[in-house]
Amino acid sequence: MCGTCGCDDKPEVITLERKVLAHNDETARANRERLAARGVLAVNLMSSPGSGKTTLLERTIRDLGPDRPVAVVEGDQQTPLDAERIRRTGCPVVQINTGAGCHLDAEMLGAALDRLAPAAGSLLFVENVGNLICPALFDLGERDRVVILSVTEGADKPLKYPHAFAVAGLVVINKVDLLPYVEFDVAECRRHVSAVNPRAAVVEVSATRGDNLPAWYDWLHQLRAGSAGRDHTS
Amino acid sequence: MHELAIATEIAGAVCAKAAGRPVRRVTVRVGALTAVVPEAMRFCFTLAVEGTVADGADLEIEHRPGAGHCGSCGNDVILPDLILLCPCGSADVTVTSGRELQIVSMEVD
Repeated sequence: MCGTCGCDDKPEVITLERKVLAHNDETARANRERLAARGVLAVNLMSSPGSGKTTLLERTIRDLGPDRPVAVVEGDQQTPLDAERIRRTGCPVVQINTGAGCHLDAEMLGAALDRLAPAAGSLLFVENVGNLICPALFDLGERDRVVILSVTEGADKPLKYPHAFAVAGLVVINKVDLLPYVEFDVAECRRHVSAVNPRAAVVEVSATRGDNLPAWYDWLHQLRAGSAGRDHTS
Repeated sequence: MHELAIATEIAGAVCAKAAGRPVRRVTVRVGALTAVVPEAMRFCFTLAVEGTVADGADLEIEHRPGAGHCGSCGNDVILPDLILLCPCGSADVTVTSGRELQIVSMEVD
């Protein structure tokens, strides 16, 4: 305030010094606690559209479903199509349509958990919106994040979209059954993953043909046992 | 377009703190290694504050460069992007700067 006439001439500076995504991070923490209390292992799946996320999930549910409860949250901008595919496997599923939104956030997952109420001890897959940029910034409360990349995409994708790969505990290279028909250098792709995230594990699978899927299932088992992946608390 | 979600978070936090007082300027800190495009964030901020006490406020962006520390050779390295590679050849690089995404302060009348 001005000392001469008392007018409000000078603005007051208020310090905030808080993370922009503090609210999302707090909600994610609440989700994480809620999931842990029920012994639910949540995995956040991120990829470009068309990498085979839903096909990998259908196969995973068929293979693991008989031994443990599996539940799915499907994120897409529009349509319940993916949820319908998952529902046909007999697995409980909730579809979130983000409309104009390009990613899921912690609040959306919290609301989906209210509706889904995953069984105690279940494996929860959260299929994020097909997009390798925006989902990387938003912690949902998952135990770990997985990026799925298919061999019909470029082997240089980890360098082009480093943020998603940098926060992943596992990179799944999918559609390896198509390797004879496409120019995709798996070794080069692995090098690029290491360049942006030396800690990430990498598995090569074909979700349609079933190649090497036990490596994916092993990673999930290890994650539950606490010997793979990492928490995302920031 | 996650910048809109980020700008909405900033607007919400600022308006809550302002408690009805008009906001003239908001300062944020953005690291070079975050997936945030400053121009997009500025555009979205203008939209996010429309009709609030921060309508028309300037958004000042403090940029933070990417930097890391190499666990192999012990040197500090500049990181222009997220490729965590030290000139010594090691990939054992810990990011020390560049991931900031913070609301620093605001000016109110």
